[in-house]
Amino acid sequence: MTAAPALSIPVTPASDPSPAWRLPDRGKVGMMCFIIAESAIFTIFVVAYLFYLGKSLTGPTPRDVLETPIFYTVCLLSSSVTIHLAVKRLTRDGSLSFLLLWLLTIVLGGLFMYGTAQEWRRLIYEHGLTISTNLFGTTYYSLVGLHAFHVTVGLVMLTVVLLLGLAGRIRVAQSARVDVLSMYWHFVDVVWVVVFTVVYVIGR
Amino acid sequence: MASDAMAIHGAQIDRPTWGETLHVWVTTVDHKRIGLLYILYALLFLVIAGIEALVMRIQLLSAHNDFVSPQVFNQMFTMHGTTMIFFVAMPILFGFGNYLVPLMIGARDMAFPRLNAFSFWLSAVSGFVLYFSFLGGSGLYGAGSAPDVGWWAYAPLTARAFSPGSSSDYWTIAVLVSGLGSVATAVNLIATILCMRCPGMTLGRMPLLTWLYLTMSLMVLIGLTPLSAAQLMLLADRYLGAHFFDTQAGGSATLWMHFFWIFGHPEVYILIIPCFAFMSEIIPVFSRKPIFGYPVMVGATVCIAFVSMSVWAHHMFTIGMNSYANTFFMITTMAVGVPTGIKIFNWLGTMWGGRIQFKTPMLFAIAFLFQFLIAGLTGIMMAAAPFDWQLSLSYFVVAHFHYVIVGGILFALFAAFYYWYPKVTGRMLSERLGQLHFWLFVLGFHITFDPMHFAGLLGMPRRIYTYEPGRGWDAINLIVSIGALIQAVAILVFVVNLILSYWKGARAGKDPWDAWTLEWSVSSPPPAYNFASIPTVASRRPLWDEKHPDDPDSRYE
Repeated sequence: MTAAPALSIPVTPASDPSPAWRLPDRGKVGMMCFIIAESAIFTIFVVAYLFYLGKSLTGPTPRDVLETPIFYTVCLLSSSVTIHLAVKRLTRDGSLSFLLLWLLTIVLGGLFMYGTAQEWRRLIYEHGLTISTNLFGTTYYSLVGLHAFHVTVGLVMLTVVLLLGLAGRIRVAQSARVDVLSMYWHFVDVVWVVVFTVVYVIGR
Repeated sequence: MASDAMAIHGAQIDRPTWGETLHVWVTTVDHKRIGLLYILYALLFLVIAGIEALVMRIQLLSAHNDFVSPQVFNQMFTMHGTTMIFFVAMPILFGFGNYLVPLMIGARDMAFPRLNAFSFWLSAVSGFVLYFSFLGGSGLYGAGSAPDVGWWAYAPLTARAFSPGSSSDYWTIAVLVSGLGSVATAVNLIATILCMRCPGMTLGRMPLLTWLYLTMSLMVLIGLTPLSAAQLMLLADRYLGAHFFDTQAGGSATLWMHFFWIFGHPEVYILIIPCFAFMSEIIPVFSRKPIFGYPVMVGATVCIAFVSMSVWAHHMFTIGMNSYANTFFMITTMAVGVPTGIKIFNWLGTMWGGRIQFKTPMLFAIAFLFQFLIAGLTGIMMAAAPFDWQLSLSYFVVAHFHYVIVGGILFALFAAFYYWYPKVTGRMLSERLGQLHFWLFVLGFHITFDPMHFAGLLGMPRRIYTYEPGRGWDAINLIVSIGALIQAVAILVFVVNLILSYWKGARAGKDPWDAWTLEWSVSSPPPAYNFASIPTVASRRPLWDEKHPDDPDSRYE
């Protein structure tokens, strides 16, 4: 052993016969990789949205029909805070405060999905905008829909954890895995910041 | 029940039935078995796609030939390209990665064994979906069968109006699903390499193969996913009436080209980097020297990965981009040649002054160096936009990328087969058949692909199903087709060697090549658990340290 292994561990004294060998958590690394891959997919959809801005041959246009969903955006973004607090509670005492915060996260995410559903209902029934109406419809529904799909998948996974938690199966030992799931949820939130900026700020 | 049967037929306890063997292989989560499944599956598709290539070459044997119809010819080049990239090259490279990476870093399995099995079966299903199109592609419209839109499937060829039936959907879904499998495997490889290394194996001590697989996997994450996104858009166009690539509604066919090549060019490097990995393991062992310039090799690889992400539009010079875009992509394309040149220099530096052993793996490795260099040089030629305007969509391009894929990737794969076959099976591949395979294949390769350059320079366009006599292409096409047949014979020798040596080959033992990486420290074939006790390493060549305790590498690194 000429040198202590690098990485994020503190330098061990040379006299130590077996220097600590610690590697990153594979769950976290795996989720980070997955997030990188997902980011590339979203990037392509965002590029398509920006590329086709203002290129629709017929109406309606974003300026005519889109309304900024401030309230539901606040809901989704604050769910990132609640899930973070929930995971923090789990690494300490666990149980009730974790479950309550976790439930709150699901409610906030569910509210966001309700908002999306309302918006789509309004666009389809009041403005006649569908995915095949024009390029705006095509890119809008696919980009927002792709994000909504990810929120839905996230909500399903959060609900599974909630049910397991109610059955008393989520303890401190599971906190690393719960943390990995929270990484996904934070990612979904960050994507919404991008989608919101592109669709409701730049796009109008 | 089972125990009764065993008690009666006591002799059969050790020999599992076919059903049991099948069950073990289908349900396996062992990285070595999954790796082998990937490789066998890819070899099957290699033969199929090879036959498709032969069909094309027989059709082009002489002018006005009518061996197959134009429709079938279109299906042949579409299926040949798609199969070779997605169902031969990708799975075979992932197969080697799966098998070797955990063994080389001293781990007992991949980070996520079940995800690993899932990825393989995704790939397997998508391959069979693609080939089911021969039966099911006609759909309700009774039109078409296998996809015939080319492997890059340019819009608006894939629009409902121009591609009725389901043939294009089989292509889209097969490529999409295999892409998901590849991304999952890439995630798995990265997590394995970063989180499963044995004690002492710092990033700087990893075998170069693992470094290169790490880089390649990162490229898969950002290189392959744009294609998945584009396939989702295409599916939306075809099934939901969206207009992404619908030029009638203001959609852009050029956007598809961009999305496809944002995937398509990094893909070339995704395929070649593992081949660089094989070279970086094989050349040092058969030169009896450690690799020359390890940190530079790692740096050059990462550099290739970065630069290759910004070269894609050199596939699109002929569509009429503005001169700034042309210049940008010209410069980046030429720049990617620099780190690649560094790598070739380092392999030569490794061989320089070594005691080179001309065993079959080394022969293939040396041929790789020559051929890959030429492939790179024609690549630099085509990187110049004006040159590309002249020769794009000609046989010169076909010659160039087959020089990369056959002359580079396939030769490296053969080297890898001859090098690691003893580890996997416990038997050596026959050296005599190996030499025969090598010389036949070199001959066939050059007879096929060297004249293609000239066919292109003489103006022969790619993807034509026949041509007029007397344009100066007749003799060239005849020679090219003969070369293709020689290659087919060489592949046959290879397959015979693989099968015969499995039963008759000389016993290999642990370490037949006197190599230095951890996979050679365990028995051949390795036990299911790989390492009875997890090893600890102190240098880049742990087996050298073990064999030469008086002069270990760890003293100098």
